[in-house]
Amino acid sequence: MIEIKDLHKSYKMGSNSLHVLKGINFSCEAGELVAIMGSSGSGKSTLLNILGMLDEADSGSYTLDGVPIKNLSETKAAQYRNKFLGFVFQSFNLINYKSALENVALPLYYQKVARKERQEKSLQYLERVGLKEWATHLPSELSGGQKQRVAIARAMAAEPKVLLADEPTGALDSKTSYEVMDLIQKINDEGNTILVVTHEPDIAEMCKRVIHLKDGVIVEDKQVEQVRAAQYVQ
Amino acid sequence: MFNRDRWKEILEVLTKNWFRTLLTAFGVFWGILILIILLSAGKGLENGIKQDFSGVATNTMFMWTQTTTMAYQGLPEGRNFNFKLGDVGLIKDNVPNLRIVSPRNGLRNQQGVDNVFYKNESGSYRVFGDYPEIIFQNSMYVNHGRFLNYDDIKERRKVIVIGDGIRKDLYKETEEVLGTYLKIQGVNFMVVGTYKEKSSNGNGENAERQIYIPFTTFSQAFNRADNVGWMAITAKDGFSISQLLPKVVSTVKESRKVNPKDERAIGYFDLYEQFNRVESLFAAMRWIAIIVGTLVLISGVIGVSNIMLIVVKERTKEIGIRRALGEDPWSIKKQILMESIFLTIISGMTGIIFGALFIYGMNALLDSIGPVDMFLNPSVSVGVVLMALAVLIISGLFAGFIPAQSAIKVKPIDALRTE
Repeated sequence: MIEIKDLHKSYKMGSNSLHVLKGINFSCEAGELVAIMGSSGSGKSTLLNILGMLDEADSGSYTLDGVPIKNLSETKAAQYRNKFLGFVFQSFNLINYKSALENVALPLYYQKVARKERQEKSLQYLERVGLKEWATHLPSELSGGQKQRVAIARAMAAEPKVLLADEPTGALDSKTSYEVMDLIQKINDEGNTILVVTHEPDIAEMCKRVIHLKDGVIVEDKQVEQVRAAQYVQ
Repeated sequence: MFNRDRWKEILEVLTKNWFRTLLTAFGVFWGILILIILLSAGKGLENGIKQDFSGVATNTMFMWTQTTTMAYQGLPEGRNFNFKLGDVGLIKDNVPNLRIVSPRNGLRNQQGVDNVFYKNESGSYRVFGDYPEIIFQNSMYVNHGRFLNYDDIKERRKVIVIGDGIRKDLYKETEEVLGTYLKIQGVNFMVVGTYKEKSSNGNGENAERQIYIPFTTFSQAFNRADNVGWMAITAKDGFSISQLLPKVVSTVKESRKVNPKDERAIGYFDLYEQFNRVESLFAAMRWIAIIVGTLVLISGVIGVSNIMLIVVKERTKEIGIRRALGEDPWSIKKQILMESIFLTIISGMTGIIFGALFIYGMNALLDSIGPVDMFLNPSVSVGVVLMALAVLIISGLFAGFIPAQSAIKVKPIDALRTE
């Protein structure tokens, strides 16, 4: 599903150049649930941004579902993001003047899905994250956990090939964190490929594979026994 | 473009900060309102002035004799002279493209000394000797009976056409005017018609207190021989009397034995030139109105542009999210542009509506207080309104262009990082 070879990325900070990613090789199959771990500054967010086509690597190759991702125009990148990727952010990034339903419907809108079908589909996804009753509420009327569930519904609505989650539980207490992870696990159970960036070991243990990044290189890549989040959720 | 969700979003964004939107809209509203008021006021003034010309053949010159200032062919300077009836034919033959050449004579009436008598009534009026064509040159129309005709001229009939004002002065309300006789300086004339003035303002009342006598009758009755007091000369449509004027003047100079270099022997007044001067004055005024209005409008449009920049800045993160979710940059650009155009058009339309109300109010006021000198029926044409609308759309586009550009200039990853 994802194939990365010898990926390099450096940022220019004034006269200095900060080499963030120093040759990343990584591949992942469909249906995997991968945790990317590492301390801050290890390059994990940069890696996720490159995977999410929000940023571009300096060198190396990136293939997503057989499609080479290189030298994309903004329009093309937007299309690919819409078609291939779903994003979940630490700070939820819901659009605050749109209701939960409208937020979920956004990616479908960009796919030019007809209004009625869009609403039905979005409602369906909201129901899957257990927030059907909250469809008309604005993000400001939702709790943190609820917001993140709406964000996940939004990421899933376009039926992407890969779900990218950047510290999805970073802004949540542990109870809601587990609820969110439970949801992510369930989505993964249905065969979706998910990449989770986290620095919390307990969250990483709930994935199937853990990658450790340090100073821009992968230092560890192991399969783990998945801890089900459901047992922590009443 | 006519997409329900897009419009919903435009409204959401613009109504999120009501007061700010209102203030921004006011700039454009004010600009268009001023433009319309200026144009309509200019038009009102123009209508008012032009009414004085209404019905008058404006392509006309008047010419009269003065005193020679140069000796010529043995004749001394300081000589008084008259045009002769023969000059009329001479002018017609020598100068092409003239429509009407009217020789005219008049009685000089002294103020306060009555020269016209009917039964026990009397009054002091101006009396002219004229050819029938004069009706095409003056702004008058016959409202009762008939005007002078060529049989009157040929047979030197003692008939007259009087102004409606004279009828009011001398006759009783219900009295029949036609067939009655007026005594003018001791000579009796039969009234065959009355006329009214086409324009109703200003000196219309005075213009309806004149008497027209057949030219030949006048000459005979008041001993003018073949003298002509002055002439009213109108050019054919499509030819300017101003261009024919020198030829006319030189023709009569020759026939009256006036030194061709004598500029003061013959007086003339070029109505057409005056009219054109008024025309170009109003054209200039229109331009001033358009320029001033447009400048005010521009400041409004800059306000819109400014506020759109702020809106874009505020929404940087949102735009980042939307782009991460896969919205086409073009779609974002279109959104900003449409918000800007929508705001501009809505406020502009409000301005146009208020402008229309203002014009309506002005007209109602003018109607209620009666005719005002030099101001009539202020209005703007539909063409101007449509043009204003086009200008609004274009300026809305311009106002949104820079903000829209800046909205997609930020990379989505940077946009997402802003708080």
